[in-house]
Amino acid sequence: MEITHAEDIQKHVRVYVSVFVALLALTIITVTISYLNLSVVPAIIVALVIASVKGSLVASYFMHLISERKLIYAALILAAVFFLFLIFIPLLAMSDRIH
Amino acid sequence: MEIPYTVKVRPDTGLINAKLGVWLFLASEVMLFGALFSSYILLRINAVEWPHHVLDVPLATVNTAVLISSSITMVMSWASLIMKDFKKYKLYMGTTILLGFVFLVIKFFEYSHHFETGEIPSKSTFFAVYFTMTGLHGLHVIGGMIVNSYFWGPGSKMWKTDPERFTNRIEVAGLYWHFVDLVWIFLFPVLYLL
Repeated sequence: MEITHAEDIQKHVRVYVSVFVALLALTIITVTISYLNLSVVPAIIVALVIASVKGSLVASYFMHLISERKLIYAALILAAVFFLFLIFIPLLAMSDRIH
Repeated sequence: MEIPYTVKVRPDTGLINAKLGVWLFLASEVMLFGALFSSYILLRINAVEWPHHVLDVPLATVNTAVLISSSITMVMSWASLIMKDFKKYKLYMGTTILLGFVFLVIKFFEYSHHFETGEIPSKSTFFAVYFTMTGLHGLHVIGGMIVNSYFWGPGSKMWKTDPERFTNRIEVAGLYWHFVDLVWIFLFPVLYLL
């Protein structure tokens, strides 16, 4: 992110504070939901959706990904593809067991 | 030897070298933690039983808040340098290091409680996974604290000689620190809440 002027950064600081408040609020929400005794599948979905929203907020704003250069997106998309392979290949292997 | 493109962006990448380097490193870190998350999913799916809420959720919630707070103080330390306020930089960076320390102290209390009650890695698959994942994450926190402490202390001399380069260093150190926070954001629900 190309920030060189002090006036620009003031706006960014306000965004950082909003993101911080949102992260704390989402933490409280996800903890509260975990005490509601939902069944396993909805509980996992809700917890992972909230964690993904929190993670995206951190990556987009604190790590400035929202206004980053294309090359970094390319590197991260590649990492994301391999990450999905890493998660799904063992699961696929499990569903095709030799009995 | 002079390191190239520490302040000026490299024309073909459009980035300073340090930033691209740290992002590539973080991509490799995604794979490292990804392997552990993948193992967690496999082990959990195949487990006969999986404990729920056996860890100290309130304490870990506090620790989550501590780490999120350290992320905003980290980004504020960089923003202070953009605003040319070195004193504020020192304050925010110092707070970031302190919050990292608080996180580790809380983790230490959690770990010692587990050891006292016999909840060691060999007790169950759950505790093996728990100690492996939080242990690796804890090592990352320690690593980040060492780098941040260097930039708070002796490394901050660069502010006088080459302020732009120093600001960029803090930005990329921040990328790493936020990544460590990001990993915890996923570890917390996966290990403590589900």
